[in-house]
Amino acid sequence: MNLRRFILIAIPYVWLLALFLVPFGIVLKIALSDYALSIPPYTPTLDFSAGWEGIRAFFAALDLENFIFLTEDDLYWRAYLSSLQIALLATFVTLLVGFPIAYGIAQASPAWRPTLLMLVILPFWTSFLIRVYAWIGILSNEGFLNQALMSIGIISEPLTILNTNWAVYIGIVYTYLPFMVLPIYAALDRLDGSLIEAAEDLGCSRFSAFWLVTFPLSRQGVIAGCLLVFIPALGEFVIPSLLGGSKTLMIGKVLFEEFFANRDWPVASAVAVILVLLLIIPIIFFQRNEQRQREQD
Amino acid sequence: MLQDGSKSIFAPWSDPAATPLIRFQSVSKKFGHFTAVNDLNLDIYEREFFALLGPSGCGKTTLMRMLAGFEATSEGTILLDGQNIAPVPPNKRAVNMMFQSYALFPHLSVADNIAFGLKRSPMAKSDIQDRVEEMLKLVRLEQFARRKPHQISGGQRQRVALARSLAKAPRLLLLDEPLGALDKKLRQDTQFELMDIQERTGTTFVIVTHDQEEAMTVASRVAVMDQGELVQVDTPDRIYETPNSVYVADFIGEINLIEGNISPIEADRYALDWAEGQPPIIGTSQEMLREGTRCHFAIRPEKLAISAEPPTDRANCVTGTILDIAYLGNMSTYIVELSNGQTLKAQVANNRRIARRTFTWNDQVSLSWTDTAGVILTR
Ligand SMILES: Nc1ncnc2c1ncn2[C@@H]1O[C@H](COP(=O)(O)OP(=O)(O)O)[C@@H](O)[C@H]1O
Ligand SMILES: [Mg+2]
Repeated sequence: MNLRRFILIAIPYVWLLALFLVPFGIVLKIALSDYALSIPPYTPTLDFSAGWEGIRAFFAALDLENFIFLTEDDLYWRAYLSSLQIALLATFVTLLVGFPIAYGIAQASPAWRPTLLMLVILPFWTSFLIRVYAWIGILSNEGFLNQALMSIGIISEPLTILNTNWAVYIGIVYTYLPFMVLPIYAALDRLDGSLIEAAEDLGCSRFSAFWLVTFPLSRQGVIAGCLLVFIPALGEFVIPSLLGGSKTLMIGKVLFEEFFANRDWPVASAVAVILVLLLIIPIIFFQRNEQRQREQD
Repeated sequence: MLQDGSKSIFAPWSDPAATPLIRFQSVSKKFGHFTAVNDLNLDIYEREFFALLGPSGCGKTTLMRMLAGFEATSEGTILLDGQNIAPVPPNKRAVNMMFQSYALFPHLSVADNIAFGLKRSPMAKSDIQDRVEEMLKLVRLEQFARRKPHQISGGQRQRVALARSLAKAPRLLLLDEPLGALDKKLRQDTQFELMDIQERTGTTFVIVTHDQEEAMTVASRVAVMDQGELVQVDTPDRIYETPNSVYVADFIGEINLIEGNISPIEADRYALDWAEGQPPIIGTSQEMLREGTRCHFAIRPEKLAISAEPPTDRANCVTGTILDIAYLGNMSTYIVELSNGQTLKAQVANNRRIARRTFTWNDQVSLSWTDTAGVILTR
């Protein structure tokens, strides 16, 4: 193997190692440590001056105590479950909203498509935090939404949306919509229009042609979009803290509190490690499954 | 075969009592200001293998898409079995189309692709299976039933597309440049396969092609199109032997075209004065042509006889020198330059070894032909 090829292959691995595995190793190490009133706020720390003895003592002091603690207090697994539920439902709603948008753009005349795609990406030009704050102004009891609904007489009392899970769903769907629309659009754009005509020619109605041809062929885009929404939504912190209420339980919020309010870095790290595992395991299973299916073909 | 006297020649178009399966009545199609199909009248009969021939962009695909129901006519009506098909959506027409790109469903196996249309029909499940197997056998793809389209070759994909469009036993099958992606050998094999399938299933085929040889090979009748209009609709031999215009003559095969002025001789015989110092060309025409009409005389290269001395028994004879010889294996084409600079092509079968060829470069030769060998074209 020549050097050029080696370097080309090495670059992504070095990247992964430096930006994912090393930080993950550090977090895992903290998760296995004990809380301490010191800087940094955990023990043990690796002390090379003591030589081999020091390293052995360091490893001896690591244990699974924090992970066991997470199973003892039901706050944590309820937070995981609730996050899972919110992320799943929000991903599903984003799919329901995003698919028609992507489909609409793919069907639009070629002259319009760049403009429509631009509109989908446009929100990214403003800070995420500012956009979420803007939703407070829209959803609060005196906000635009309630004022508008009351002025046209649909409701007489303002709806309480802000500080409930409803607001969290709205926030997630709004924020992550482009991540759903873009991969689905890419899949639909690749789709050969004559396939739909062939389906109709063979006796399909418009709807069944969509269901039997368009939808299965955009599956890759749908899956990519769902992963791109589900993964960040599961660990979401900003949206539930700003739009959610005291009853909104999400693991991102718990993590933040452990870290900054309790300053319990080891428990916070354990929460983070489990969150990462929770995400990685289904992704690995999913990829295995895909590969097996490809091999079967 | 000779003893098969009961079998009459298939020619419903010359039978005034026959009713056509498809009838185009003054059909036009406009895209904005562009006219893709212009005031077209055409009858296609049951069990015909009808070829649409023309250069790219002349409106062949548009014509097919109107039959399949993907484009509405701008003017005029299309009748299928005497019924106006305008209000019938594509999924309700007894017409199936084999797409130029095949349009196989990439997520379905070969068998599922073929079954796709059957599953949308009221056919029972077990019957569907039988029909799929029958179709697989017809296109000789039994071993490939479980494969996905991307796992088979281009030629096999084309046969899947054919099987899929035939599976529902449509009244009319539309084939849009079905063999465009195949190499020459496979193309020829497939042409014969298509003819065979057409004969066995009794389906009416309309095939689009821009390859004149293909049209001549497969079709019972050929329509030559130009810029959205039909120039000539006729049997392959008549299109070849008696083209009705310079356009058709030039489009189909090789031809010598000589321009000149007409003077009538007697009945259907005319003389064409075409160059100073050259004898007029004697030809025949069924049309009444007036003295001085500007016409083209068109004659196929293989109708010209080449000889060292001028023959005495032929109506037309010119002399010139051999400019070039193209060796085509089974044939040779001689390019002969006449004294006035006009060149003519003459084609001769190579029934002798090339080393024993009679003529060679710069030889003085005579080209001769009878008065009925060519046609006089007024447009
Ligand atoms: N949907 C359309 N919109 C505008 N022009 C079209 C459309 N479809 C075809 N045309 C034009 O109509 C003409 C005939 O096209 P087509 O029927 O596809 O030709 P071909 O004989 O090569 O199959 C072409 O000039 C093409 O550009
Ligand atoms: Mg075409």
